Amino acid sequence: MGRFMLRRLCLLPLVVLGVTFLLFFLTQRLSPEMRASLYVKDPRQMGALEEVIRQYGLRDNVFKQYGRWLGNVVHGDLGYSPSANMPVAQALKQYLPATIQLALVTMLLVVFFGVWFGAASAVHKDKWQDIVARFISVGGFSLPIFVLGLILLMVFYGKLHWFAPGGYSIQTDIIIHSSAFKTYTGFLLLDSLLNGQWRVFGDVLSHLVLPALTLCIGSFALMVRVMRSSMLEELNKDYVRTARAKGLRESQIIYKHAGKNAIIPVITLAGIQFIRLLGGTVIVETIFDYPGIGRFGVLAAQQLDIAGILGFSLMVAVLFVVGNLLSDILYTAADPRIRLE
Amino acid sequence: MNKRLFKRIYKNKTSLCGLLLVTLFALIALLAPVLAPTQNAHNPYQLPQASYQIEPQAPSTQHWFGTTEQQYDLYYGVVWGTRLAFKIGISVTLFAFLIGLCVGGTASYFGGKVDETLMRLTDIVFAVPSLVLAMVIAAMLGPDIKNMMIALTAVAWPSYARLVRGDILSVKQRDYVTAARTLGAGGGRIFWRHIVPNAIYPSVVVASLDIGYVVLTAASLSFLGLGAQPGTADWGQLIAMARNWVLGTPGHPLAYWYTVVAPGGAIFLFVLGWNLLGDAFRDILDPRQG
Repeated sequence: MGRFMLRRLCLLPLVVLGVTFLLFFLTQRLSPEMRASLYVKDPRQMGALEEVIRQYGLRDNVFKQYGRWLGNVVHGDLGYSPSANMPVAQALKQYLPATIQLALVTMLLVVFFGVWFGAASAVHKDKWQDIVARFISVGGFSLPIFVLGLILLMVFYGKLHWFAPGGYSIQTDIIIHSSAFKTYTGFLLLDSLLNGQWRVFGDVLSHLVLPALTLCIGSFALMVRVMRSSMLEELNKDYVRTARAKGLRESQIIYKHAGKNAIIPVITLAGIQFIRLLGGTVIVETIFDYPGIGRFGVLAAQQLDIAGILGFSLMVAVLFVVGNLLSDILYTAADPRIRLE
Repeated sequence: MNKRLFKRIYKNKTSLCGLLLVTLFALIALLAPVLAPTQNAHNPYQLPQASYQIEPQAPSTQHWFGTTEQQYDLYYGVVWGTRLAFKIGISVTLFAFLIGLCVGGTASYFGGKVDETLMRLTDIVFAVPSLVLAMVIAAMLGPDIKNMMIALTAVAWPSYARLVRGDILSVKQRDYVTAARTLGAGGGRIFWRHIVPNAIYPSVVVASLDIGYVVLTAASLSFLGLGAQPGTADWGQLIAMARNWVLGTPGHPLAYWYTVVAPGGAIFLFVLGWNLLGDAFRDILDPRQG
């Protein structure tokens, strides 16, 4: 176990380097003028691209250029992003908390409703609850999130005016950019509580509802399936029969005995799914105009903002690789029968 | 095997639904020229435009599913979009599988350093969510359908490489391989005649069932504007055009529902069909199911 983890840890930076080099190599297809934007820190410099190309040797071979880019990254300089109109490092720092916030709220929804529906489906096997839950779990897998997102937007914003797109309202924008509002963590939900701004908290939370509902659909479907089969397995075990023979109430058997054991695979799955959500945020944040890292990545890709694309990919790769390692550790911790070799 | 397979599919209602859906879409794709005759023989995937009026028009006898932004016919888009979906799904899966087969085969045949190097290469592709990596590659190559297919292939092959490698490694240990070696067969002959044909069957099934997922990812890329361009009969592209109209008109918030429902319904049913079929195959391939 220890050796395995050590090996994984050593491979981690190599994998991230591999991804970024691969993408950097792809950027060579673009003209040096387009790539010059990587090194332009101020939009006013955009006019003097030829100078930038010479200065940074953008016609050098790819290894030399990659080495230079990497050197800058180590010093915290990821270049200037024209699509976000700010340095990439600043954009990532600004947008990342919003995305993590969205993923966390989504995960809470997934686990809560997934466990609930999955357990109900197992307890009432082949009854209507089970049929509904199974229908959702199959349908949820197949419903593209961009279709669901647009339908939710149509109904809950267009028709009912309950939830608006974006990250927060104009009133909130004024409050959080005033001098009285202190930024502690960058996570608006947390910061608004620390500042005692309940209205900001409510506003930010209401803007999270639609994106989180949309994003949760795929993971939710998977969660219902896993919880259902896990619960069914537990309900068939001897200790449940013993509990019944002892005369315990059915609700006690379901929640205290079987439920507690059935939830173990769900928790590990939640860890893995949390990382998987990153892919979905690109689409959800675009639909709801949510100011997160996914929307930043899409805008950078659409406008061929290379500095933005490379910075975004680097960030996602680091998050993804570290997250996968953590979920592997979580996996072995939750089930001692699993050994990593 | 095949007889048993079909018997089980027929017995199970949900997998039968999946089979019917996939067959229905396959028929639509094959009969596209009959169902929606094209005026543009050179490029049938170019949507016909009734006029240049911007506002979408509701379903009518002339346009069964209505028209989307700029009067592109939605019925035509859904029908030819089916053909395009199969084209993208089948070619991406096929190429990705062939690359995966070569890489996985080489890795498992040579083992040691070659294996290690190739498998670390797959790790690199796995280090970023496939949609994100495909998005970035498609953006760098330039947005069109061919580049989108290259991007999708580039992110899809590693999972097949791993699958094929694992299967080959397990088949390598079987007795008939030892028997062939004892009989004096050469390494290449054993590999190609005995190991590969026995090892790839499960991977072929898994790969073919991934068509639904590939089409979903392709639609996502088109939706983000990094795949098919406006005016193409592509489901993702049609939904991207619907995005401007989701809020309807003042007083009629759901006025343009059909711009989302027609292409969205097509993608949903298509992916649903493949997923239902996939579940059935997974159950059948699972030896514990007896």
